[in-house]
Amino acid sequence: MNTEIQENTKEKSDEESAEKNSLFKEAVFQLKGNKSATIGFVIIVGFILMAFLAPWLTPFEPNDQDISIRKTAPFITSHILGTDDLGRDLLTRIIYGSRVSLVIGTISVSISLSFGILIGLISGFYGGWVDRIVMRFIDIMLAIPYVLLTIVIVALLGPSLVNAMIAIGVSQIPQYARVVRASVLAEKENDYITAERSLGASNFELMFKSILPNSIAPIFVQATLGVGDAILSSAALSFLGLGAQPPTSEWGLMIASSREFVTSAWWIVTFPGVAILLTVLGFNLLADGLRDVLDPRMKD
Amino acid sequence: MDKDILLSMEDISVSFYTHRGIVKAVRNLNLQIKKGETLALVGESGCGKSVTAHTINQLIPMPPGKIESGKVIFEGRDLLKLDDKEIAALRGKRISMIFQEPMTSLNPVFKIGDQIADVFMAHEDIKKDEAMEKTVKLLELVKIPAPERRIKDYPHQLSGGMRQRVMIAMALASPEPGLLIADEPTTALDVTIQAQILRLIYDLKQDIKMSVLLITHDMGVVAETADRVIVMYAGRKMEEADVYSLFENPSHPYTQGLLNSLPSNEKYSDSTRLEAIKGTIPDLLTIGNECPFENRCPFAMSICRESFPEETKLDDDHSVWCHYVSDQVRTHTRAGSLLPTRGKE
Amino acid sequence: MLKYILKRLALLIPTLFGVVTIVFFMIALSPGDPARVMLGERATAASIEKLRHELGLDKPLYVQYGLYLQRVVKLDLGKSIKSGQKVSEEIRDHLPATVELAIWAMIFSTTVGIFLGVMSATRKNSWIDFGSMASALVGVSMPVFWLALVFIMIFSVKLDLFPTGGRMNIRYYFTPISGLYVLDGFIVLLKSGDPKVLLSALHHLVLPAIALGTIPLAITARITRSSLLEVLNQDYIKTARSAGIKERRVIYRYALKNALLPIITVVGLQVGMLLAGAILTETVFSWPGIGKWLYHAIEARDYPAVQGGIIFISISFVLINLLVDILYSVVNPKIRLS
Repeated sequence: MNTEIQENTKEKSDEESAEKNSLFKEAVFQLKGNKSATIGFVIIVGFILMAFLAPWLTPFEPNDQDISIRKTAPFITSHILGTDDLGRDLLTRIIYGSRVSLVIGTISVSISLSFGILIGLISGFYGGWVDRIVMRFIDIMLAIPYVLLTIVIVALLGPSLVNAMIAIGVSQIPQYARVVRASVLAEKENDYITAERSLGASNFELMFKSILPNSIAPIFVQATLGVGDAILSSAALSFLGLGAQPPTSEWGLMIASSREFVTSAWWIVTFPGVAILLTVLGFNLLADGLRDVLDPRMKD
Repeated sequence: MDKDILLSMEDISVSFYTHRGIVKAVRNLNLQIKKGETLALVGESGCGKSVTAHTINQLIPMPPGKIESGKVIFEGRDLLKLDDKEIAALRGKRISMIFQEPMTSLNPVFKIGDQIADVFMAHEDIKKDEAMEKTVKLLELVKIPAPERRIKDYPHQLSGGMRQRVMIAMALASPEPGLLIADEPTTALDVTIQAQILRLIYDLKQDIKMSVLLITHDMGVVAETADRVIVMYAGRKMEEADVYSLFENPSHPYTQGLLNSLPSNEKYSDSTRLEAIKGTIPDLLTIGNECPFENRCPFAMSICRESFPEETKLDDDHSVWCHYVSDQVRTHTRAGSLLPTRGKE
Repeated sequence: MLKYILKRLALLIPTLFGVVTIVFFMIALSPGDPARVMLGERATAASIEKLRHELGLDKPLYVQYGLYLQRVVKLDLGKSIKSGQKVSEEIRDHLPATVELAIWAMIFSTTVGIFLGVMSATRKNSWIDFGSMASALVGVSMPVFWLALVFIMIFSVKLDLFPTGGRMNIRYYFTPISGLYVLDGFIVLLKSGDPKVLLSALHHLVLPAIALGTIPLAITARITRSSLLEVLNQDYIKTARSAGIKERRVIYRYALKNALLPIITVVGLQVGMLLAGAILTETVFSWPGIGKWLYHAIEARDYPAVQGGIIFISISFVLINLLVDILYSVVNPKIRLS
């Protein structure tokens, strides 16, 4: 019943996909109509603006201490979200915290993305024993729970924000390599690759100019999810004392240092967590929307 | 109302509301199935024949589907007015269905005996043991060897032909089967198995005295099994006739095209080559009131672009919906003798 | 079936070997000298050298690796620098707490998750669907430790309904039998008719189990929904409906059993997440399990303990996933009968 109609529309979209450009336009068009993608996009834009405009958004400095106004409750004074145990303005610290999270998200995802793409591309493209060895290694890496791997790497490198980024980036490489490999394998079978090969395209050209751009969709989804994951992981690391160090205004660290105030100052615990939640939610929403649009198999 | 009629569909229109627009899948369709008769619904894929079948037992997903108009009268009741419970009570009991893909139409994680027995138990107040006994008898009826052992098999352990037999058994797992809807029952099978399954459906129909609505794109299958034929195209009925008239005297240019593309038909063995119909099915999203075959029809006239033709009766048992044919009939006094000849001879 | 299990077991060996190797070299090649960590900053070069010799750290790396492999095969994970106790014994002592927490978190997340997923899939695009999927998305976007703190703030501090941490009211003198306190509480109840141990154990479990189970719950709900929706589109569901099987039965028997296959895989993968998430949850709730123990080992740079802990957790993760795969094949007749 329905399949007949789907077949019709599929034929139609096949014709349309003759032009890559129109496919991209179609995707953007569909994304606009996708509620979760739109909400996610708005949240992310807000988050990025917050990071860039931090000094102009608030009259306070993130590290200005004033013991006389410590633990001021929110919504009463000009410190809208209250102050922490050292009298620092909580809203200001949250706003500046977005900078840290943005940097962590971008850098650690770049690390996993570049290595993951390289490994997945080579493994999927060449196949054979290269692929077998790489995949074996990746399977072993995936046997170690990811959060644990991150914690260990950063513990070994020494606790710091930079090391946290490296640890998050490195421990995510296997996931990306797997996603990239899977989509390379699917793409490699297409006729146009054989055609280009017969026209004398080099392996490098085939890999980076033909296969990669065409298998980018799932990688893109994974990377979007990855930014949210990285922000969550870095917060966890900071919470354990392995990531950002005081007085950095990192959200996870802010929660960690507020632990002793669960009985006396709820806002110090609550608001940084809400900031993490909203930001990660934004990336997850966008990734969901992207998956709906880019991966037709997932469509209901 | 005619007592011989088991099911009649009147003025049925079905649309699908997709994000691209409204797909008009079936338009103003009328059909009747007599008791004990096999009616074949023929057409290319996407012509609306499956949608028609699914309208009867209301398996059209809604949304996006919507039945825009019409009635489906079965044993005096309009099925479209029944609630979910009432229609569920008819499904499998009086109106059963078998599907095209025996590979995917059986539940992979249950034993076939359990699946069939479950259908018995859904329609009759009987114990599992009794349902199992009935299941074994039924599997014998559909000629599955060693049914006592087979009931413990999972679908993936059976061949395609066997699975289709199981599907048929499941469709008959009722105290009083009335109508069997067979949706491309042999398409996915080997040619030899095809013949066996068609024979089985034919025999069962005689034994149990049920009616069959056969949905197919294969004129060969139609010739072997059907009593009466409806040719559908792009959601419209193009020609309706008893099977002999249709093959003797195919009148709609589309029907002729379908028969031309049939390799084994002796009547057309003089054809030097298979003539596939040129062009593609029109977009059901944008189609208006024109005759949908107009863009592929060798006899298309300007009126074909303006309106869908009225029924032209060629015979008691033979009607066609075509401007060209109706013109021919009007200009010649003796209807039926000067119908358009095939192709462009 | 037996052949399948044996094959899987054979495949396990290189994976386990690989995990041990990676963890060994990761720690061996990391900056920092365990001997120096043990003796503190003011130790003399001579005493450090002596300890390095005792620990075998002066040998070439490949010799150390060989020796380590030998010991791991004998289930000897070395001695903790901090406590001097055997790492394997420390793990054994801390394991029951984590197992108990993980089991209850798992029970919570799978039952509620599957229930929500089924509700959403069968009422697709309704408010129930929208609401539970939105909450599931919020669930996966939350930091676990923050959720745990918020729970403590609301349910322990404000409402005073649950304890803020620990496994048992410290005033109850009771000697653990299995180490799983709920089970032990049952045994006490049967023996003496006193329910207070059992009740206290359950009372302490509620918040940590829910906190730890929230993310897996959200993931299970999402996968259940999508898996069930996909199954509901299959031909055999159409067959069941066209055969007049009642809708409830179609969903809960015909569809859910098929939909369960991907759910099982995902739930298996969540075990790893639970074990890792336990580090955070146990730290917040002062839950004396492997996670908290490992956290303190990392903090103290207790290399043998960290090494042993990670190897242990990874191996458990691999073994549990093997179990899940076997379970999968039991549910799926295609694998079971081939």
